[in-house]
Amino acid sequence: MKMTGAEAIVKCLEEQGVEVIFGFPGGVIIDLFDELEKSSVTNVLVRHEQAAVHAADAYGRVKGEVGVALVTSGPGATNTVTGIASAYCDSIPMVVFTGQVPTGLIGNDAFQEVDIVGITRPCTKHNYLVKDPNELVSIIREAFYIARTGRPGPVLIDLPKDVVISKVNFPEPTPVKMQTYRPTYEPHPGQIAKACKEILKAKRPVLYIGGGVIASDSNEELTELATKLNIPTTMTLMGLGGFPGTHKLSMGMLGMHGTYFANMAVSKCDLLIAVGSRFDDRVTGKIADFAPHAKIIHIDIDPTSISKNVKVDIPIVADCKYALTAMNRWLDVQKDFNGKEQEEKLGPWLDEINDWKRKHPLGYVEEGDIIKPQFVVQKLHEMTNGEAIISTEVGQNQMWAAQFYHFNNPRHFLTSGGLGVMGYGFPAAIGAQMAAPDKTVIDIAGDGSIQMNIQELATSRQYKCPVKIAILNNGYLGMVRQWQELFYDKRYAGTDLSVGPDFVKLAEAYGAVGLRATKVSEVEPVIKEALATDNTVIMDFVIAREEGVYPMVPAGKATTEMLLS
Amino acid sequence: MKHTISVLLQNKPGVLSRVTGLFSGRGFNIESLSVAETLDVGVSCLTLVTRGPDEIIEQITKQLHKLIDVIKVVDVGDSEFVEREMALIRVKAESHTRAEVLRIIDIFRGKVVDVSPKSYAVEITGPRSKIKAVIDILKPIGIQEIVRTGTIAMARAKKS
Repeated sequence: MKMTGAEAIVKCLEEQGVEVIFGFPGGVIIDLFDELEKSSVTNVLVRHEQAAVHAADAYGRVKGEVGVALVTSGPGATNTVTGIASAYCDSIPMVVFTGQVPTGLIGNDAFQEVDIVGITRPCTKHNYLVKDPNELVSIIREAFYIARTGRPGPVLIDLPKDVVISKVNFPEPTPVKMQTYRPTYEPHPGQIAKACKEILKAKRPVLYIGGGVIASDSNEELTELATKLNIPTTMTLMGLGGFPGTHKLSMGMLGMHGTYFANMAVSKCDLLIAVGSRFDDRVTGKIADFAPHAKIIHIDIDPTSISKNVKVDIPIVADCKYALTAMNRWLDVQKDFNGKEQEEKLGPWLDEINDWKRKHPLGYVEEGDIIKPQFVVQKLHEMTNGEAIISTEVGQNQMWAAQFYHFNNPRHFLTSGGLGVMGYGFPAAIGAQMAAPDKTVIDIAGDGSIQMNIQELATSRQYKCPVKIAILNNGYLGMVRQWQELFYDKRYAGTDLSVGPDFVKLAEAYGAVGLRATKVSEVEPVIKEALATDNTVIMDFVIAREEGVYPMVPAGKATTEMLLS
Repeated sequence: MKHTISVLLQNKPGVLSRVTGLFSGRGFNIESLSVAETLDVGVSCLTLVTRGPDEIIEQITKQLHKLIDVIKVVDVGDSEFVEREMALIRVKAESHTRAEVLRIIDIFRGKVVDVSPKSYAVEITGPRSKIKAVIDILKPIGIQEIVRTGTIAMARAKKS
């Protein structure tokens, strides 16, 4: 069957079950937008290509599917780089289509030509320049397959204009099989048994879980293992929601701004069970002092993650879901395993952790009428029953959200974890709202980062997304200011944002709703009104200017060397 | 530790830059690199020589394997192997040294591939150490130009 390249691309999207994409058109890609308009696929017209990619990222995370973005060549393509790099760091499945000048002009420095395949090579899982129209369909199918399988990630497809308008074949879909790419899903049974035996021997075990638990939808299997064995569990930023945050075994987040008890537990444990996490420097602090007394079991689908930063004793290369299931089944058939004995054995360990919890809980100091950001996040949690989808920007807002919104469910916390992109949260909230129209979606933002993609207010309005933005407004680039306060003698170089927009008027200018709270008593009414409003809302919370995020492990220090206030 | 790694990869545009980009991006070093197609024109063989502690070499092989276009990665040094490199060396050869240059080349079983009144261009093949030895010995006579291929390597067949 012959059809145009554009028709084939749209047909491929439908075949992949794509309902919504995020895009911004341009000269060389008009034909594809033209074709999309006739199809069942909705294009959400963003106002900046970076936002398209973040929105696709969040859409994919919430739905557990591959997010799709579509942009033009040149600047359209380069504007996607930040979003792609973020998705790559966070292992988010995504396919990004970029327009390209006609094949005959490639390499001639044509108008809006850029070598986007070259530029994105280090920040995509794989990428393609389609030169032969007859490879178009198979490349798209392969791209979706690569994006979604193994350790997920973004894949980019560069589409020269002549390929989009030429006649192409549309072969019947067959299962994608690749000679060179075969991720390992099933764990090695010997390793599973070895790991389980080690876990049963441990007196002070800790589960340290990351984004892999969410990506593989294995939160239930993880919870089963943790509760069956009574193992205290800590989450990375990307792992929040992988284990219920309000569970008695939860220790919250670990690492630079992790809880006192999570960091203490890791430093004192005799066995660390890492599941879908990658020993990032923000988690480990000074590597030599990380979990110094522990044997380490590491489950990850990506072999390169294993023994990259920390030497692992029992590696298990597998999909977390398969590995955790195998461990649960292994334990089920152990005749001499007794849940009660296990609980008693770990009793002293849990007592010690609970002691730390009592001594140094997460907290903050109230200061009369002045709004504390932590209080705002607590109120948001309370007033949404902990069930909202929360996206964040990057910096203090992100850490307060991670600390004080206790996520019980996976795919409810959207943040740019690895790359740390300011400007991620708002477009992500739009993507999330498109994926889950009936959910409350809140972007917890700072006054600095919200301005990095504030133009998306128009997109949010156009597609009737009742996204709520909670700006924790301190007139500073707060996280950098905090470092300057602590390590640079309070020299606030380049962090003063005291001249900012009036966010209420700004919201109104876009036809959204703007609300402001300047004292504690106004917080609840503002949230209440925002949640009741069927429109995009900016809540401008004017907070304590110099509030810091604590605990804090200074960069390069051991995670036990926490500043507590 | 020096390692010779052999990589089979799909013969497609951009594949080489995926490999070299991986090395530069992650701060791994490449001492030499050589690549050409195999019997199957769709597949290239790339041989690279790198140095690093064991954990870095482990990362290098894993990261190479993670590239979608890579078919197979073998650290050739894990078993017995033969390695060869070729060098073309233009060496000064004036009347009083011409005979000596020829004798040296002969000892190393090299070949003269280009002759001019004042120089010879010679071809030397062998392991890296041999190339180095030839260079060391020709240097005092006067080397005008050198071009080297980089190492290629092959595991020895099982003897039984």
